[in-house]
Amino acid sequence: MARTLNILLLLFLPFLMLGIINRVKALAGGRKGFPLLQPFFDTLKLLRKGAVVSTVTSWVFAVAPALALAATFTALLIAPGVGRTQVIAFDGDIVLCLYLLGLAKFFQLISALDTGSAFEGMGASREALFSVIVEPSLFIFAGTLALVSGHMSFGELFSLSGGSAWPTVAASAGAIMLFLILLTEGCRIPIDDPNTHLELTMIHEVMILDNSGPDLAFLQYAAALKMYLFATLIAALILPADIPAIHAAFALPVVALLCAVLAGLVESLLARFRISHVPQFLFLTVALSLITLAAAIYFRGGVA
Amino acid sequence: MPPMDRLLLKNRAAIPFDDLPKISYQALGDIAVGCLCAALRPVALFGVPEERHAESVRIVALFADDAQGTLAVTSVSAQRGATVPSLTPSIPAFHLFERQLWEEFGIVPEGHPWLKPVRYPHDGHPPRRIEEGYRYFAMKGEESHEVAVGPVHAGVIEPGHFRFLCDGERVNHLEIQLGYQHRGVERLFREGPLAAKSTLAESVSGDAAVAHATAYAGLVEALGDTVIPRRASVIRAIGLELERAGIHLGDLSALCNDIGYLPGTQLFAVMRTDIINTSLVLCGSRFGRGLLTPGGVNYDIDEKKKERIIATVRRIRDNAGLLAASIFDNQSVLARFEKTGSVDTATARAVGLVGPAGRASGLTCDIRLTHPTDAYADHPFMKTILQNGEGKAAVSGDVYARAFVRHQEIQDSLRYILELLERLDAARDGIIAPVAPPRPDMIAFSLTEGWRGETLHAAVTGGDGGTRRYYIKDASFHNWFGLALAVRDNGVSDFPLCNKSFNLSYCGFDL
Repeated sequence: MARTLNILLLLFLPFLMLGIINRVKALAGGRKGFPLLQPFFDTLKLLRKGAVVSTVTSWVFAVAPALALAATFTALLIAPGVGRTQVIAFDGDIVLCLYLLGLAKFFQLISALDTGSAFEGMGASREALFSVIVEPSLFIFAGTLALVSGHMSFGELFSLSGGSAWPTVAASAGAIMLFLILLTEGCRIPIDDPNTHLELTMIHEVMILDNSGPDLAFLQYAAALKMYLFATLIAALILPADIPAIHAAFALPVVALLCAVLAGLVESLLARFRISHVPQFLFLTVALSLITLAAAIYFRGGVA
Repeated sequence: MPPMDRLLLKNRAAIPFDDLPKISYQALGDIAVGCLCAALRPVALFGVPEERHAESVRIVALFADDAQGTLAVTSVSAQRGATVPSLTPSIPAFHLFERQLWEEFGIVPEGHPWLKPVRYPHDGHPPRRIEEGYRYFAMKGEESHEVAVGPVHAGVIEPGHFRFLCDGERVNHLEIQLGYQHRGVERLFREGPLAAKSTLAESVSGDAAVAHATAYAGLVEALGDTVIPRRASVIRAIGLELERAGIHLGDLSALCNDIGYLPGTQLFAVMRTDIINTSLVLCGSRFGRGLLTPGGVNYDIDEKKKERIIATVRRIRDNAGLLAASIFDNQSVLARFEKTGSVDTATARAVGLVGPAGRASGLTCDIRLTHPTDAYADHPFMKTILQNGEGKAAVSGDVYARAFVRHQEIQDSLRYILELLERLDAARDGIIAPVAPPRPDMIAFSLTEGWRGETLHAAVTGGDGGTRRYYIKDASFHNWFGLALAVRDNGVSDFPLCNKSFNLSYCGFDL
């Protein structure tokens, strides 16, 4: 039951998050904004369209969108969903989950390079640099949770027990870190600006400039899924484990949508960072993951 | 005793063409040395084909003495295809002028470091297509790469080609290659009666319609020795200042948009609409088109219009001031604006920056103050230098300074509009005077401070009363090169922000 719900949520919640972010920005700017599910309808529209493919591209460009979507979707099946249930679960599945995201990103990067465009090359270089910084913080954090919980499966990692203050430290530092990563991987302000038309300043958007039709739909859906993934991790981290299943079914969407509202508020109030300052900002996620690790060691009285 | 090698005149003066002193190109260099110590500023250098000798070209040079409020003009006789010693190595502000002389008349400036076409006019020397044989700058190195943008851009904007010579994310140099919008505007001015070219003048650069129309109308009036009613001059100034405030508000909105700062984007855009709608009330066009005509203006301001304008202008003045105060106090905005795209004072003077961009770099250039005419002469335009955080006007030459200067100018313009409206009642001498036809064999210069900066229209009339030469210099002419220098050593992703802080005209440059 919970697994079916997980998959159903995957189909709508990512789009709804985008819709909410837009609505919050619109309201903050004194506008009405488009319908909440417009990103969903846009994706359906793109799926019905044909695609234009540049003649200089190779098979990489052709397979990358489908591959990126498949890998991201599978990663979401492993990630803890409603009531921390996973559709696919086994010991060490978190490593597969994070590397599926890596695989999706790898193919998007080489697909961008495949077009031979100077813009897309710059975008790929920026995206690669930022991922290099974000990935270690995720692994340090996952390792810390595994160390404390003694579990190796993604859903069970989040049973925060241990020293009295440990769950609070882990949940707060971890949630902030995950939210920052959500903004980064979701290509939101202050890291990226999804609404800009200026190729020279883009990161994610510039990498998909040459994609059109279903390919573009796949990539946009994959990007939305990735943002949703970090929202589910935040939910798994901050929601108590022992709530009834029916509450859990509502709690996850509520947390995801709150994340979207928060992201919308950040976008309404902050200007975007200068690109050269983004790495400094991203090192904050590494610092936060190290804080959880240090706290874990402190409250356990050692590493063993 | 005034020097014999130049003639001193006031803004919007006409003199007989034959009265121009004739000197050698070397002697021109001696005058131009005055530009180095900031006593003079090069305003224009253009060729006028001689009427009786097809192969002869008279090169007219115009300098501005901003301290004295005078213009110095002189001329050089040359043959098409002649070689002259280039002034550019010592005074870089001449680089485009000399390229233009080479392009239009084949006069080769020997020793010019960047001898390239300016805009490839179809009637040029020799006529060619834009892209043909253009020698771009090139850079070699392990990490160096080029990013080519345009001429077709992602937005609905004008065409222009930008080449970034980059080292990773860092821009070493930006080469800007324009000319795609060349429509032969100067030639169109020469065809038919000069007094019937208001619409053409307004379309030299559509976002500076009032500025170009003012410069053009002033020129026609100077050539015909027409004096316009005081009321008309006041209404012209109101139109010009409304245009300035409207564009500056729109650009502040766009600057906020480029850094993803939503409140600034939205609120400045709303105010911009209010201001350009005030132009609509004034003359039926949000861009001030149709307001000016040689001899005066086409639209009067009655009591009803006056009250509407006063109400809007007061409201926007207060709101824009409040919003700007909050934006220039916002850390995340300042982090993007400050130390981005800096042009220091010496560089700005060397390349001849004009307008808000020049003022943001510490130059004092402003035609309204130094060479005032009409309403600006009757009722001096005063600058209230607003204080920024450090108690000084912003002259740091970066995006912050250019944005802050624009904020100051919005306040100054709106205040000046209110002052002018008060003077309107005292000036009841009509809005239009009959225009005398241009006198034959004259040369005249008309400078106007548009929102983008100094806008020059100049004309030489022929013996038959026709127009022998019409010359236009938009503020963008010098400032494009300033933009290229501003982005040096900046991140390539900061280019759009620098670009917007200048917001230069493609068609005003391409003509």
